[in-house]
Amino acid sequence: MTFYETLGVAWEGLALNKARSLLTTLGVIIGVASVIVMLGVSAGAEAAIAERINSLGADLIIVGPMRGVPGAARTLVYDDALAIAENVRGINGVSAEQFTTQDVSGGGTLLEAISVLGVTPDFPAVRDYRLLTGRFFTAEENDRKTKVAVLGYGISQDLFGAEDPFGQQVTIGSTRFTVVGVMQPKGVIADVDYDGRVYIPLSVVFQKFSSTMVGADRVRTIYVKAESREVMDSVIAQITALLVERHDVEVSQPDFSVQTQQDIIATQEATTEAFRDLLAWVAGVSLLVGGIGIMNIMLVSVTERTREIGLRQALGARPWDVQLQFLLEAVILSLVGGLAGAVGGIAGVYLFGSLGTMRTELVPASIPLAFGAAAIVGVFFGYYPATQAARLDPIEALRRE
Amino acid sequence: MEELLLNTQNVTKFYGSDDATVHALAGVNLSVRRGEFVAIMGPSGSGKSTLMNILGCLDRPTSGAYVLDGEDVSELSRAQLADVRNRKIGFIFQSFNLLPRLSALKNVMMPMLYYRQDADERPRVDEREERATRALEDVGLGDRLHHRPNQLSGGQQQRVAIARALVNQPPLILADEPTGNLDSHASEEVMTLIGGLHRKGVTILMVTHDPTIAAHAERVVCLRDGLIVADGPGGGGNCVEREGRR
Repeated sequence: MTFYETLGVAWEGLALNKARSLLTTLGVIIGVASVIVMLGVSAGAEAAIAERINSLGADLIIVGPMRGVPGAARTLVYDDALAIAENVRGINGVSAEQFTTQDVSGGGTLLEAISVLGVTPDFPAVRDYRLLTGRFFTAEENDRKTKVAVLGYGISQDLFGAEDPFGQQVTIGSTRFTVVGVMQPKGVIADVDYDGRVYIPLSVVFQKFSSTMVGADRVRTIYVKAESREVMDSVIAQITALLVERHDVEVSQPDFSVQTQQDIIATQEATTEAFRDLLAWVAGVSLLVGGIGIMNIMLVSVTERTREIGLRQALGARPWDVQLQFLLEAVILSLVGGLAGAVGGIAGVYLFGSLGTMRTELVPASIPLAFGAAAIVGVFFGYYPATQAARLDPIEALRRE
Repeated sequence: MEELLLNTQNVTKFYGSDDATVHALAGVNLSVRRGEFVAIMGPSGSGKSTLMNILGCLDRPTSGAYVLDGEDVSELSRAQLADVRNRKIGFIFQSFNLLPRLSALKNVMMPMLYYRQDADERPRVDEREERATRALEDVGLGDRLHHRPNQLSGGQQQRVAIARALVNQPPLILADEPTGNLDSHASEEVMTLIGGLHRKGVTILMVTHDPTIAAHAERVVCLRDGLIVADGPGGGGNCVEREGRR
């Protein structure tokens, strides 16, 4: 008897009991589908976090005043940023920022209390921002304190609607600025509306909007872009050493903090990982339950078909022929279940994604993974019943009612 | 071709061990020539089922030799015995043993599935349906190929089983109470068919307890307590009479 003949017999055996075969595969279908959906859900969550890190700058180092240290708020100055740019190795850019809240008007509309960020020309490169239209201001404009502004997408919409605001005048506080560009929309991340902002040269903030109380060249944050993630630790150490020296403080009691996005998001990542592990367990267990279902039904089937097994043996089926027949029945059940489960799982990934409450991403590797797991389940849980069938004594089996 | 199809020498079969040992066969010497039609009779417990199982290569003797078609089969493995059954023996059972969900044709094709892959006489897939159809036509069921067993009468079902036993053209047919589940009319039909096979030269061994059925055979072997107590031509009457006298 050839393999294909045995396969035919096994298929026939299943086809003759369609309802039962279908119910048996249901466990595997659900198991495989849940593996694919679960991996898709956690991949979606991971992608959302990765995207958030990237949108904020994955290789970004954030230098700010140390919270809770008296007087620290006034110690971080523009010269610190220049010193970092000059002395620290392994960096691609430095952007110092100070912000002020001002009323902004233009195109006949007044917007109250808008965040106005004074930044340096490196800002788009360091913070990974892109312009929708126009350009960012230049180093020359920053040096000359030119009154130019780049609008956040939301501000541009509010003031000028669909019109390109390039060359238009806006009034910030009581000073008139010329619009030179509009930022690409970034959306709201962690409750911060990144589109509701206006960007102007840092030097202009120092000149027009700084409180004399805290010093004219004070900056709120210095963003440093590292060349790669690998040099992050070295860059952080260099910045720390440099500022400790410049501020004349103890390393153990700095008046500044050096953070990365990684630190901020590490907790969230840990949560996602725990979530994924849990989902993987649930999916794995359901596949296991599906396999036990197959074994259960195969054992019942062997008992029910004892006479058939005895007859096949009498007609010349060798023990191996019988074993292979029942093993293949189990494998077919699990593979068909795997196939249906894969289709269901893919559909599930897109369905959950389209509900809008969570983000999902189909993991291509999860399909062969789930399919392979189903095949292994079939062989593993089919082996015992098949062996029981092959061991039957033909005389006993034929005598059974 | 040698004249003897099968030959047993001092075949014994014990079940259990030590004190509880049951001697199902106590030393059977039986020879059957090619083309013979032999009935095996005996009361229940006489060992005729055990003998049939050994002759049918479903079981192995505890001791003694069994030569079938020139081959000593008493020491073969389970897989080798399966091959011997497939090539050399056609079984006819009291309860037909057809698979209920398969058509008559599929039932008859089944023995051809279990040919060894390397067997020379292994029929090609497209020949199998043809051969099964011919076998069913030979037993008068050419118009019932695609009927399921439950759509056939008992006599017809047994004829399907006979077609199945013949389809591999085995040298030996073993029939175990072939009319045990049939009414007298169907019994007559089946025995006519088996008689026809005998006239065509097929060797037939048949177990029965019914003297009128045994009367179709040309030789009756009578078993008691695991031994052959009578072996002679025709009728089988002496076997029953001896029993009656006891």
